[in-house]
Formats: sequence, C-alpha cells, structure tokens
Amino acid sequence: MKDLRLRLAQNGGLLLAIALFAILYILYNSLHPKGWSVDVLVENANESFALIMVSMAQTLPVLTGGIDLSVGPMMTLANCLASVLVNGSPGQLVLGIVLVLASGTLAGFVNGCIVVYGRIQPIIATLATGAVFVGISLFLRPTPGGKINEDLAWVTTNALSEMDNTFHWFPDGAPGWFANGIGRVPVPILLILLVILVIWLPFRNSVTGRGCYAIGSSEGAAYMSGVRIGRSKLAAYTVGGLLAGIGGLYLALQTGSGNADIPQAGAYTLNSIAAVVVGGTSLFGGTGGAIGSLFGALVLRAIAFCFRVFDSNGPLGFLSNPLLQPIFEGVILLLAVSLGAARVFRVKNRLTLFS
Amino acid sequence: MPDQDTPFLALANVSKRYGGVRALANVNFTCRRGSIHAVLGENGAGKSTLIKVIAGVVQPDEGTIALDGRPATFPNPLAANAAGIVCIFQELSLMPDLSVADNIGITTPPRRFGLIDRRAQRRRAEELLARVGCEDINPLAHVRQLPLSRRQMVEIAKALGRNPRLLILDEATSALTAGDVRKVYAILHALRDSGLCLLYISHRMHEIEELADTCSVFRNGQHVDTFPKGARSDQDIVQMMIGREWKNVYPPKPQRSAPPPAALELRNIGWEGRLSGISLQVGRGEIVGLGGLDGQGQRELLLALFGVLRGVEGEVIVNGKRRRIASPAQAKRPDVGIALIPEDRKTEGLMLPMSIADNISVAALGSMTHGLVVDRTLEDKRTAEMVAKLNIKIGQLGDAVATLSGGNQQKVVIAKWLLTGASIVLLNDPTRGIDVGTKQEIYQLLRDLADAGTAVLLYSTDYDELIGCCDRVLIMYDGRVVRELAGADITEANIVASSLNISLERTEAQA
Repeated sequence: MKDLRLRLAQNGGLLLAIALFAILYILYNSLHPKGWSVDVLVENANESFALIMVSMAQTLPVLTGGIDLSVGPMMTLANCLASVLVNGSPGQLVLGIVLVLASGTLAGFVNGCIVVYGRIQPIIATLATGAVFVGISLFLRPTPGGKINEDLAWVTTNALSEMDNTFHWFPDGAPGWFANGIGRVPVPILLILLVILVIWLPFRNSVTGRGCYAIGSSEGAAYMSGVRIGRSKLAAYTVGGLLAGIGGLYLALQTGSGNADIPQAGAYTLNSIAAVVVGGTSLFGGTGGAIGSLFGALVLRAIAFCFRVFDSNGPLGFLSNPLLQPIFEGVILLLAVSLGAARVFRVKNRLTLFS
Repeated sequence: MPDQDTPFLALANVSKRYGGVRALANVNFTCRRGSIHAVLGENGAGKSTLIKVIAGVVQPDEGTIALDGRPATFPNPLAANAAGIVCIFQELSLMPDLSVADNIGITTPPRRFGLIDRRAQRRRAEELLARVGCEDINPLAHVRQLPLSRRQMVEIAKALGRNPRLLILDEATSALTAGDVRKVYAILHALRDSGLCLLYISHRMHEIEELADTCSVFRNGQHVDTFPKGARSDQDIVQMMIGREWKNVYPPKPQRSAPPPAALELRNIGWEGRLSGISLQVGRGEIVGLGGLDGQGQRELLLALFGVLRGVEGEVIVNGKRRRIASPAQAKRPDVGIALIPEDRKTEGLMLPMSIADNISVAALGSMTHGLVVDRTLEDKRTAEMVAKLNIKIGQLGDAVATLSGGNQQKVVIAKWLLTGASIVLLNDPTRGIDVGTKQEIYQLLRDLADAGTAVLLYSTDYDELIGCCDRVLIMYDGRVVRELAGADITEANIVASSLNISLERTEAQA
C-alpha cells in the first residue's frame, strides 16, 4: 500500500498526461458526430502514430540529459527511403522495411558517436546532423511522390479485421471473437504495443538503459559507480534513431508516398520535445520514460483533434476558426505543462525547488 | 601465490601533477589485509589524489601499483571495481533520481533473461540495507527524497554489495547520525576481521582512535610516516600533519559579567511540525551553538531564519525590530544583515565553474555598483582584501573555484558572506570534511567576528567544536530547544546527556 503510493507519487507526470488525454479525448468523441466508432479510432491512431514514435525517440536522449534535434529529420529520411524501397515482391518488401529501419538506426548511431566520441554538445551535434539527414532525404525524393505497396499500406493503417479481408486468414469466415473483438482494434495501436514490448521495456530494464537514467540523474556519480557512460549514451541515440525510423516508415505507409518536407521535420522535432515534457520526463534527464511521452504525444494530438469538432454555431463556436487554432494550441500546451509545475506551490522548503 | 605477508596493495614511487601543483610526490605506500588503515593529512596533502589513483579515477604520472603482489593498472573506476577496489566517497556517488534499489545494484544488478530482475534487485537491496541496520529505508524511494545522513548509509550499503576486497572510505561518516556511526563501526570491524583491507580517511581524531589499527600521515603530497595506532600521541600526529607547532585549537572565550544586548531574538518559532515553540536570543559578540542529535530541526531553524522556508510562525526580532524575512535576498539586506554559511558548499555555497572573485563578490555586488554597472576596480579590491584576510590559498582570483581544495572553498563561502557586512552570521556545520589547520583558522575567525560585535549562531555535528567555540549551547530535540548550557556546563557529558535524555523531554512537556 505504502509502496503503491510511492510509485504513484514517482509517476505523477505520467498520470497527469494520461488524465489530460482521457479528458480531451472523451470531449472530442462526445462532440464528434461519429464519436466512439472504430473508424474515428483508426483515423486518430493513424494520425498520431508518427508523432508518438518520434516522441518516444526523443525521450531516450533527453533521459541522459541530452536532446536530439534530428528526430524529425531522421523520420523524414526513413519516410523518403521507404517511398523508394518498400515495393515489389514480399521478399523485397521485407528487405525494404529492414533497410529503412536500419537507416534510422544508423542515423541515430551517427548522432551517438558524435556526442560520445566527438564530445560535442547534443543540441548542436544533432542540429547539424539533422540538416544532413534532410539533405539526404531531398536527394532521395526531390519532389513528393514515390510508391508504397498498397496492400501493406492498407492493412497497417486500418483495423485488424482488414488483415483478414486482405489475406483471408479465416477461410470459413471470421469467428465472433475476432470480428467483434480484437478485429476492431486498429493495427497502429497494436504496432505501438509491439514497439513498447519489444524495444522500450527491454531497453528500460537493461543495464544499458538504466545507465541512461543514471547519467541523466548525475553523470559524475554514474561514472564513479562504474556505469559505462559511452555505451549507454550511444544506445540512447541509436535506439532513438530506430524509433524515429519506425515513425518515418509508418508515415510512408499512411500517406502512400515520401516527402522531404523540411518544415514538417522541424515541427515533428519541436512537438516531440513538447510531448516529452507533457509526458513527465525532465529535460534535465534522469526521470520519466517513453510511456509518458506516448501520452504526451496523444495529448498534443487530442488538442488538435478537438479543434476539428467544435460546432461553429455552438457556445464554443469561436474555437472552430482555424486561424485561432495555433494560439489555443499554444495556450493549452502551456496550461498542460503548468499543471505539472503546480507542485511548486506546495513546497515549504524553497531549497528543494532547485535540487 | 601471494602469502599473508605480501601487502594487499603496494604503491611504489607514485607521482601525480595537476598543472603546476604536485599532488603526489614519489609516494611509497602499502596496506595489509585484515587492517583498518587510517590516512591522515590536511586538505591538499594528497589524500584525495592517493585515493583517486587507487580507484582508477586519475592515472599516476609515474610509479607502479601492485595488487596482491601483481602489478596492476586501473584506467577507469570500472577496472578498479572489477579488481575488488570499492570507494565510498565524500561527494556521494549516488544518482538522486534513481531508487535506492537501483542505486545499490547500479553496475551489477541481478538479471533474468538478460534484463534486470527488479524483484531480486529489491530483495538484495533490502538485505544490504538490513546489514547496515537501515531497514527503515524503502528500497523503492528515490535517493533525492532521503536526508543526507540516510543517503550516506545507502552509499555504504551500495559499496558492501560489490563484495569489496579493498574498501576505501573517504569522510564516509561525516554526515551520519550518532546511532548510524555505531552500526558502521561494527560493520567495519567485522569486515576487517574477515580479512578485508580498509583505507579510512577522516578528519575526526576520535574516529581514528576508535577504528584504525594503522595510521599513515601525508603532507604536501608526500608520505610522511606510517605507524601502528597508539605509537604517537595526538599532539605528535597533528604536528606531523600541519608541519608546525600545535597550538590550542580553540581561541579563548571572553569572560562576561552580564549577558550582551540581543542582536537576534526569536519568539515561538514553528514550522510544519518540524520546529515548534523555539525562543532564543543571540547577543552581540556572542557565539551560540546549536547541538543535539542530527536531524532534530537545527538545519531547518537556520533555513527558517534565512527566509528559505515557507509558512514559518513566530517572531524574528533583529536589533530590537521585528522583521519578516521571506527570502535570502531580504535576509542579507543591510538593515537585517543575516548571512548563512550553508551545509553543502558544492550546491548551496558556491557556483563551482565561476571564478573565485565572482564567487566572493556575488552576494555583495549590490553595494559595489555605479548606477547599473558593477565597479570592477572596487570589486577586485574588495575580493583581494577578503582573500588576504581569510588567508585563502589561491593561484589567481580568476581561477574557477572548483580548482580549490575543500577547506579553501569553504573559506571562499565565508568570505562571500563577510563581504556583505552581515551582523548576524548563521553557520550550518561549516567544518564538515575540512582539515585541522583550516578548522583552526575558521574558529579564530568566528571569535574575531564575535569580538567585533557580530552575533554568531553555529550548528555543528562535532561536539568538540561546540564545547571549544561556543559561549552558550542550545540542545535541540524533536524541533524544540530542550536545554541551554553555558560556561563550565558545556561538557561532552552534558551535551550527550541532554541530546538523549528522555526525562528532560518529559519535564519540558509538563512545563
């Protein structure tokens, strides 16, 4: 019981992000004419996937006390590469996907090497490599376009039941537990769960992953404790690259094309930082995690979704003006972050504010 | 095969330079198994460098290290760890945002399928905490949430969890409570009896008296002598350390017929249930000590007076006027004139990367301006005066304060506050981890300040210091002042008795 309370207190940021997302998403669905339907859920999951991946990618360097300004460009790079490679026979598809994910991983590894061995500050190192990644993307895809395997794109961006419709898993017709149960779950949600189970949780529970937390908390103490600092940092940037690559691949599946869109890359990077903060990860490192960033990204997306469904004749009609949306998004983001900072008012010893 | 007579660790002709400073010069040093070996010396004598060389934190410029009779090199702390060399450092090597269990198992956690087994890790942390007698610490709690004294026990548990063959303790008991010190002593004795080699660094003579069986003295980077405990008197040892005649450590106290006029008066100070009903006076020219067991509200009282705490009840009267002090910035204003020398000089006392001059002048900058611009000439003059007055050993005023030794850093903190011209000086354990020579200078400085009319309120965990320095000592227990000792009543027996005495507490409650 006491342990539970301790754990809840230690995960306050995450809980706040979950609560905020729940409120916003319930509001959205109750205002939406087709609210609480599979179609809406599929659409929302598709639109959130890339930002979630990029935010989770951003979390890892931030945990070590660093930052990665190239997560958006790495996503763009993977997106453009996918529009070239993910096509043809099933064998070619698998090879293409592997190469796309490898490109993200390699880009992250390069970032890590520059930060660890070049001893260059992460913010400036990744600003530079980000520009390089966007440059490569432009080279691969000078104008938006390309082709993605349509079956693959269709099944990965819809509810699981479309897998059955496309690949005929159940020749005798889908059983009820599938058609009315798991078949309704959007594939992107399953993919996110897969990423958490296969990448994030093992990383968090590995010695290397915990080294990232240790470094962010106190790099000197981590060194004196014999933590392998270089290895942990390198892993953080590399796994970050992999996650950004997954985001880019999905963006290609979702849009059916590649686009070396520089403003989009920048917007994803900045939103990923916002999502990390809303999700309860400290920008100084040491506390938080990718699950928080997932919900942080969902909060950001849910804010944007809500603006679509305000009735222009209703009491909140002025909110439906698209020109006002950026202002309100900014204000709501500020409020969301302020909620996390509210603890300051309860602090009785001002010294604890600074440590 | 190494036999029992081979020293476990042997350093031969080890030298280390930092820039122009010679930290270690041709040091030959050995230590045996089954021994607690005390290393003594002033700050800057080379003790820290010696340990860093052994622990793989720095590489020696010359010389060789042999472990178990075989030559060894430690390129980093990890390699030294692997060889069984474990350090407990004065600056704690804990990661504040990680849980106690994570900290204890940081490098070699129990694993299952290649991943950290959290349950096993927690059990192991519980066992180790129980071994050091700290069952009260929840392994899930973040280290940040623990007070300093508990953190140090976690640090000790963490070190024990690494199965050391050579355990180095660098001022490892400086923040412990009296009860924990007992437990740690018992553990250290048991480790020695099981054949471990322990290197023990402390500035507290009575600790060395109680623990060590062998002592080595360092001075100016050189190994002066090694001898069995008891072979030399305290006087001799201190003389060896400071290389000059040992005088009385504490300056004489003035004889007063009447109590001096009060500079600071507190009436019924209370805060959050941690402080309650504290009323006291500190007279002009008086040094008043705060004593008692660690963590009875002494630190909080000083922080409350300095405007750090929110929601403090009661009245603070400075020079006859009631004041509301809501922040350190208000406390240091000339009409209030309170200064606080904080507990942790690295985080609360100094801006480590900034220069010595910037650190000294930062609190008093407001009084050294022409309009909006700082008068650099005046600033340089004032800081140079302070460096000379406090005899701070520095290279250049522009050097980063982080390059100074602990004692000199503490002097910089004191210089900073003296420069504000404070008439009331609060000190929170100012001599923790500082060498005898510097301690002596600080005691003299406090007495000089008092003689010049400053009111001094000194919290110290070292009873000797309270006895030697203070005109009066107030003993705190559970957030209240339970006893006041003055004159000849200030004895160790009285302090210890009133710190613990339950009957005293009862009479207080009835009254």
